[in-house]
Amino acid sequence: MHGFVQNIGRTALNFLAAFGRITLFSVTAVRWIFTPPYYWQQLLRQIIDIGYFSLPVVGLTTLFSGMVLALQSYTGFARFSAEDTVATVVVLSVTRELGPVLAGLMVAGRIGASMAAEIGTMRVTDQIDALDTLSTRPIQYLVAPRLLAGTICLPFLVLVGDVIGVFGGYLVGVYRLGFNPSIYLARTLEYLEVSDVTLGLVKAAVFGFLIALMGCYHGYHSGRGAQGVGRATTNAVVSASILILIANYIVTTMFFEG
Amino acid sequence: MAVTPKIELSSVTKSFDANHVLKGINLTVAPQESLVIIGTSGCGKSVLMKCLNGLITPDQGSIKIDGQEILGQGRAALEDLRRRFGMTFQFGALFDSLSIWENVTFRLRHQQALDKSDARDIAAQTITQLGLAASVIDQYPAELSGGMQKRVALARAIVDKPEILLFDEPTSGLDPITGGVIDRLIIDARERLGATTVTISHDMASVRRIADKVAMVHNGVIIWAGPAEAMNDSGVPEVHQFVHGLAEGPLTNEKPAASPAKMATS
Ligand SMILES: Nc1ncnc2c1ncn2[C@@H]1O[C@H](COP(=O)(O)OP(=O)(O)OP(=O)(O)O)[C@@H](O)[C@H]1O
Ligand SMILES: [Mg+2]
Repeated sequence: MHGFVQNIGRTALNFLAAFGRITLFSVTAVRWIFTPPYYWQQLLRQIIDIGYFSLPVVGLTTLFSGMVLALQSYTGFARFSAEDTVATVVVLSVTRELGPVLAGLMVAGRIGASMAAEIGTMRVTDQIDALDTLSTRPIQYLVAPRLLAGTICLPFLVLVGDVIGVFGGYLVGVYRLGFNPSIYLARTLEYLEVSDVTLGLVKAAVFGFLIALMGCYHGYHSGRGAQGVGRATTNAVVSASILILIANYIVTTMFFEG
Repeated sequence: MAVTPKIELSSVTKSFDANHVLKGINLTVAPQESLVIIGTSGCGKSVLMKCLNGLITPDQGSIKIDGQEILGQGRAALEDLRRRFGMTFQFGALFDSLSIWENVTFRLRHQQALDKSDARDIAAQTITQLGLAASVIDQYPAELSGGMQKRVALARAIVDKPEILLFDEPTSGLDPITGGVIDRLIIDARERLGATTVTISHDMASVRRIADKVAMVHNGVIIWAGPAEAMNDSGVPEVHQFVHGLAEGPLTNEKPAASPAKMATS
């Protein structure tokens, strides 16, 4: 019993300490985003990597989610003769919820892992120390551009994902469930509000920041050797995914009017 | 000696958890002197070197450069200080994502607006000095052999002629001829550029060529330091064994005691 309480206490303390370290790390990195010198090339490289090369993954994920969503909501709503709402349900779920969360989780796997592995490798091969000796602040050179790129690119990805997801729903709605195309489209737009899209994009920006932060933080503090880098990569993906789900709830609450 | 030492360490200690690596290092290096640090593998030579330019912060002690204390000075002072140093790492530490010329001119390009063709010229010139073909500048580190990477790392350290140069095992893994070229370069850096150099080396022939002063680290302290010529008759059994590469002696006997501490950290 005593040991149990002690364990809880220690876990809580460790958690608080980690929270403090990560906050300090992100404050430092964000400050360097706005301080010269600006590393444009680094930023551009990250934007291409995150924004452009994640498009296929995000597109496929949202396409099939939109498709399955149309089928499932049809099944549900047909039970009380409300099939007409399928288009609305699809567009609201995709823009408010599925688009950002699915894109966030997919990008966490792709980008969070690669950032942690790349920066972790730089740590264990002394490349981060080498940056210091070459009068370049490692956090400013490596972390700041990644955080900025993550925060900018995710909303863009989600916007594209939203369109593709809604299109997936449309395909199923029209070709499988037999809706009239123009009516389906009209229903899609009828109840959609700007705030639905904004909510999704705000979420996306937050997720993008968290993914990059976790990738960079775990990579930067990677343990020694290949094992250290492996652990950093796993931790980055797992912690980014969990934080995305937590942040998703928090942001939704903040925008909730009920 | 009346002159202020270029580098002066007193009672520098550093531990990683329970692993007490440096237990009170006292050492001075005079301006334009070439110091070589020797010692058995894992004794803390690399850690000691990283303390000199603030990559590792010692737990205690004092490090003075030109008589100025560098510990506890804050970020900006440390950044200024580092501009005066050049350093090569034991395993190269080239930036994988950058080409050779971008690696070599990294600091030059970020500190002064240098256009691309000038930067490439400088890179080519520096690496040819080290016996590499100029065409290498457009390749990436992963495409080069270990020895070539080492030489590129060396080029990156010396290209902007810093006052203090730190070399962590610059000749290990190189053939004897290239090793000789590197030794020549270290001597040149001191004689022509007036740099102070600190080199870690296991290669006794190279140590004899480049060292003015030799210091041996053992059990976390400097057990002997003196002019290179005095190395052979230091009167310290550990130094004698190391310098002559003998299998039997005080260093060999301590192996079992030293290894558990090493295992615990890995
Ligand atoms: N960042 C670190 N974290 C934890 N322990 C470290 C770290 N760097 C070095 N050590 C430990 O410090 C000790 C000395 O390491 P160091 O690399 O300085 O040895 P060395 O004398 O350079 O050896 P070698 O000749 O093999 O390069 C080792 O036990 C090592 O495990
Ligand atoms: Mg070493």
